[in-house]
Amino acid sequence: MLDQQYEVLSRVPPQTPASSATKVRVKGMESSASKVSSQSSTQGNPKLRIQGFNFFYGPVQSLFKIDLDIPEHQVTAFIGPSGCGKSTLLRCMNRLNDLIEGARYEGNILLDEVDIFNPLIDITDLRKRVGMVFQKSNPFPKSIHENVAYGPRLQGLKNRAVLEEIVEEGLRGAGLWEEVKDRLHKSALGLSGGQQQRLCIARALAVKPDVLLMDEPCSALDPIATGVIEELLFSLKKELTVVIVTHNMQQAARVSDQTAFMYLGQLVEFGRTKQLFTNPSKKQTEDYITGRFG
Amino acid sequence: MKEWLRQFMASGELFIWGCGAGLSLSLFMIAGLMVLILINGMGYFWPADLVELTLKDGKHVIGQLAGEDVSPKGIPRIRMKIGNRDLYGLDYRWINADQIVERATPADLVMVERREWGNFYGRLKAILKEDQVVTEGAEDVWKALSPLLSDTEATEGLNPYSVLLVEANGKEKVLAFDQVLRVLRPNDLSTLEKVWVYMGNIWTVLTTEPREANTEGGIFPAIFGTVMMVMIMSFIVTPSGVIGALYLREYARQGVIVRTVRIAVNNLAGVPSIVFGVFGLGFFVYGVGGTIDALWFSEKLPTPTFGTGGILWASLTLALLTVPVVIVATEEGLAAVPREYREGSIGLGATKWETIWKVVLPTALPGILTGLILAMARAAGEVAPLMLTGVVKLAPAMPIDGTWPFIHLDRKFMHLGFHIYDVGFQSPNVEAAKPMVFVTTLVLIAVVVTLNLTGIVLRNRMRRKYAGSTV
Repeated sequence: MLDQQYEVLSRVPPQTPASSATKVRVKGMESSASKVSSQSSTQGNPKLRIQGFNFFYGPVQSLFKIDLDIPEHQVTAFIGPSGCGKSTLLRCMNRLNDLIEGARYEGNILLDEVDIFNPLIDITDLRKRVGMVFQKSNPFPKSIHENVAYGPRLQGLKNRAVLEEIVEEGLRGAGLWEEVKDRLHKSALGLSGGQQQRLCIARALAVKPDVLLMDEPCSALDPIATGVIEELLFSLKKELTVVIVTHNMQQAARVSDQTAFMYLGQLVEFGRTKQLFTNPSKKQTEDYITGRFG
Repeated sequence: MKEWLRQFMASGELFIWGCGAGLSLSLFMIAGLMVLILINGMGYFWPADLVELTLKDGKHVIGQLAGEDVSPKGIPRIRMKIGNRDLYGLDYRWINADQIVERATPADLVMVERREWGNFYGRLKAILKEDQVVTEGAEDVWKALSPLLSDTEATEGLNPYSVLLVEANGKEKVLAFDQVLRVLRPNDLSTLEKVWVYMGNIWTVLTTEPREANTEGGIFPAIFGTVMMVMIMSFIVTPSGVIGALYLREYARQGVIVRTVRIAVNNLAGVPSIVFGVFGLGFFVYGVGGTIDALWFSEKLPTPTFGTGGILWASLTLALLTVPVVIVATEEGLAAVPREYREGSIGLGATKWETIWKVVLPTALPGILTGLILAMARAAGEVAPLMLTGVVKLAPAMPIDGTWPFIHLDRKFMHLGFHIYDVGFQSPNVEAAKPMVFVTTLVLIAVVVTLNLTGIVLRNRMRRKYAGSTV
């Protein structure tokens, strides 16, 4: 095992923020954010590298100088209170925020050492490599089969037999095959909430991504469905890299190998999950995970 | 008291009652209209008994009862349809009740449907062949008549037979068999037979061409013209409206210009339809049609081919008239597609167009169909623009027939709405045509309802397909 020293996150609080509200929250950050500890460390090769990343919704900056490496074949969790920018960061990783008018960014995100914001890169190709599962399960109003086959079809795959194989593979990967194999051609909207969410995972898996981004995938599910999906994550990480955003700290602690704590658009602490939860180096992290705020 | 009033107002009871009253009033008015049309329209087909009245002055009147009321002088009177337009000049006559001595329904009275001059009411007297009496006596003639009339060999070429009829007061009338459509003895028919005749009459109206300046016969060309025009209009308006809405909602940069365009489109729906007719005449008929003629049909000029009103130009004009409806409905349908669907599709590597084509449009389809249904309803009922762009009182040929190229979009056509106007207000014999107006109205409503129901069934099927209740 190679223990890789995680690079020091030298964060400087942003200068002259626009609104007074930002000022206040920046003040809160100053003490801790300026001296992020270097003890956090990660394992494995970095799949995604985020370097000096700033993000703006119009005039409002919502991410401040994010620097971190997401290791391959691991589950990396982002935790933090609502509005801390963790979803925004996640959506930047497959450039879904491009859809939002007025979105602007600075800095780099590297996927396998290639800048995803490079104008030469094929954005649809990027999104095939970096799949996404949303907070609200969003199967298309089509049949189960059609939902899973959607991605492969986009890539021009027409062979029925091959498609069926991919659909089965995807559904098996999402642990849904046994439940739906008899009703593949029924509407996906007839599935339960948990099944719909796993269908979305299957749909994402069918395009064979390298990275799977999950934006609070369990927030609308009951504990049993949540458990099923969490178990799924353990098998998924053998095949790909998982980045998950969650509100639920217990979930982060259960499923992830690495955890990043974000607060008010800044990365406060990033490290091995066990270490972050048992021995956080930051007061804010400790306050958050012990439930004193957030 | 004041407290009671305040509580009453706060409870919203008044509002609920107001809503209920408003709804009931509208329903009542619609129901009243429908009942009026139904009674007048459906009554037209019924083979009512022929009544023979003997009047005080010894004269006889034969006809069908058409209503009764009290004259301005306070005398009760009845209205009779006396037919025999060629002999009397009028189809209807008022008879004061105090003039009537006797009222009877003899079985030998006949109603003869003719090609000209409307119905003849009277008695049969003889059958003539080239002015020679072949059969005589009411009963014998009646028996001999139907085989001769239905004899196809006899009716081929010039039919040598004619029938001698007598009206109520003994005036005789010779009628060639070519002129006779049907001879009935309504008083001799059982109720079941009358129902049969009734059905036959409905069928005739729906399937045959008009006679007698549209006041008699069928309205098939008008039904056909209406349906075909609405179909062509739908084929034009759906793609153009959907494409317009797609651009406005999905691609155009939302700003002042798009807002202006949207307001303009919405206001287009409020422009009087006759203005669209004038535009259609100027732009489509004279502009586009004239150019087509000059380019491809110059050998026929100065007789215009496309440079005159036709079903294509009428459909295009109506498409223009209804496109705002489709655009607005489609835009709403597109706006109702959840953002999650779009993000899900984009997240799987779809381009914007793929997302729109494969996810957004299918999901918005019920909304689009709603727009189309509204557009069809409006188009089917619109008359004014058609009068300028291709509708005629009597079309010599249908827009679809057996001669190449089978679909003749340049042809003029008949339309139910225009038929109502024409029969009701432009016909030489308005009284006699009145039932036809109601029948035509009824058929127009039926056509609109059928077209809409088709759309609604289609939409519901679509909704079910996309709404997931599959268990």
